[in-house]
Amino acid sequence: MSTKQITGPDALGHFGMYGGRYVPEILIPALNELAENYNKYRSDKDFIAELDYYLRDYVGRPTPLYYAERMTQQLGGAKIYLKREDLCHTGAHKLNNVMGQILLARRMGKPRVIAETGAGQHGVATATACALFGLKCQVFMGVEDMERQALNVFRMRLLGAEVIPVSSGTQTLKDATSEAIRDWVTNVSDTHYIIGSVVGPHPYPMMVRDFQSVIGRETKKQILEKEGRLPDCVLACVGGGSNAMGIFSAFVPDEEVELIGAEAAGEGTDTDRHCATLTMGSPGVLHGSMSMLLQDDDGQVQLTHSISAGLDYPGVGPEHSYFQEIGRASYVSITDAQALEAFRYLSQTEGLIPALESAHAVAHGMQLAPTLGKNSVMIICLSGRGDKDVHTVAKCPEAVS
Amino acid sequence: MSRIDKCFENLRAKKDKALVCFLTAGDPDLRTTAEVVREIICAGADIVELGVPFSEPMADGPSIQSATYRALQSGTTVGGVLETVKIIRTFPEQVVRDAPVVLMTYFNQLNKYGIQRFARDAANAGIDGVLLTDLPPEEAAEWLEVSKKVELASIMLVAPTSTKDRIEVAANMGSGFIYCVSRLGVTGERSDVPVELQELVTTIKSTTDLPVVVGFGISKPEHVKTITQFADGAVVGSALVNIIAQSAKPGLLRCAGQFVKELKAGINRQE
Repeated sequence: MSTKQITGPDALGHFGMYGGRYVPEILIPALNELAENYNKYRSDKDFIAELDYYLRDYVGRPTPLYYAERMTQQLGGAKIYLKREDLCHTGAHKLNNVMGQILLARRMGKPRVIAETGAGQHGVATATACALFGLKCQVFMGVEDMERQALNVFRMRLLGAEVIPVSSGTQTLKDATSEAIRDWVTNVSDTHYIIGSVVGPHPYPMMVRDFQSVIGRETKKQILEKEGRLPDCVLACVGGGSNAMGIFSAFVPDEEVELIGAEAAGEGTDTDRHCATLTMGSPGVLHGSMSMLLQDDDGQVQLTHSISAGLDYPGVGPEHSYFQEIGRASYVSITDAQALEAFRYLSQTEGLIPALESAHAVAHGMQLAPTLGKNSVMIICLSGRGDKDVHTVAKCPEAVS
Repeated sequence: MSRIDKCFENLRAKKDKALVCFLTAGDPDLRTTAEVVREIICAGADIVELGVPFSEPMADGPSIQSATYRALQSGTTVGGVLETVKIIRTFPEQVVRDAPVVLMTYFNQLNKYGIQRFARDAANAGIDGVLLTDLPPEEAAEWLEVSKKVELASIMLVAPTSTKDRIEVAANMGSGFIYCVSRLGVTGERSDVPVELQELVTTIKSTTDLPVVVGFGISKPEHVKTITQFADGAVVGSALVNIIAQSAKPGLLRCAGQFVKELKAGINRQE
């Protein structure tokens, strides 16, 4: 086994040419403060013990690595395991990161927390943790996303958070993120901004990756226990890319393990209604870091589409752009129709209703598994459960046959 | 001597201070922008800052967000803004041709255009400086080198949260003038001038010989008056953008010109 460590980012948050800090000067001191505190507490025994405690007794970790036996038999190829992040409290992997950041915010003495949300999963996770610790919580959410994820809006409000509708731009995740940044620029002295993915200015991509890396550490241990060897490939969906970075991180040094991210191709990458950033984008700056970006020739950010609100974002985490560039991970794109098919298939084959986001990774697994030998092992990160998407899927009758 | 340096030298000689006016290029269209620029310079604007519209204006408040949206709807491109400045430089009034014009935008547009190509084309169009809202010193090295070669000023921002060390870095890296952000938050009209501002400007001035202009939240002649008691200039943006948005087209130039005259009259002349 290779002993190579994950390198990067550098001190200013660069993964090769990607990452960095492209933010107004106002925020730089706050980012320095955050990076300093993160560096201090990431190796602090009490902090680690407290985070472990909440991850175990509150989030419900470790989550199982489940052998999907019927799926494996039907597809007739690789042995398929599902990392069950859908079993985390609040129904997705998002709370892993939020728990880490909220414990940090408390140590930094920030009484107010803000977050952006697309599908609502990160917003719900943030509202949950704020309720747990009695912090004031405001969540920015695009008006269009509020409509398609009404259940999560209700959950956040029930948890005591204030959901702030964002009606600028396309009224989706990117606009919610811009609005959260505007709030942070204004209230930076008493507010911690919990970014929900491996995006944004340094130290967020690194810090969110590290908090999500618990997924990969557990998975590696579990697959070694179950199979006595490493998997051949690890699949995860990629919007911003936090569940993917979380599960990939443990396997990055193991070059024989293929890492594959599944982006949303929406209605197809041959149309203008998709959000396959790594497949179709070019280098650009959005929300504080350099990464691949869906933009036009004039540098204006393009409109995106995915049936899955959580993947509907024109950017992607800078480390994914870096992994693509150096060839450490590869990225495929999955259409709405393929994701819906996978949503139905996993529900009916394994009794697991996946989040539409996670269904993109499942869809690629369904294509890839039959092409691999029966001795190969595939792990798919089931990043969230699909209850929140039932309403959306019900509007697409072809998905329920 | 650059147009910016000359401008501040002339102002100093007259014991006057700079009125810097911001408007979003292409709102409502580029042809109007050229005419508004001409009008406001004739009415007393010393420096014009043109916002190049970017689809994700994360440091801007509602006024400039809306202006950005209108400008993009009218088909404004980076190339179109450069062409507009070329036109401004051909207007018959000497004062219009001599007034510094700087661009204010976000880094992505430059990056996509190609920073070397952008620097060259901007300098050739008669642009005097560029201010990039989301390019802090940490990421600015390459752009500074490129812009220096074509003698385009790199205007650095200093904020109320900037430490003394960072103020020094910005002062050493920057050229033209220093843009001091008056308060935490995004662009937009406010009712008052923060009390701590004078101290910040004094700190910056003790660090650099570059002129210091103050922006964000300055919308009235009284604000301009207060700020120019201790700073070398004041930037008015959203208030002017709102006037452009609200004025009926035939009266737009007159309204903008009248507003700028009132702002210029607010400047604290040390005589």
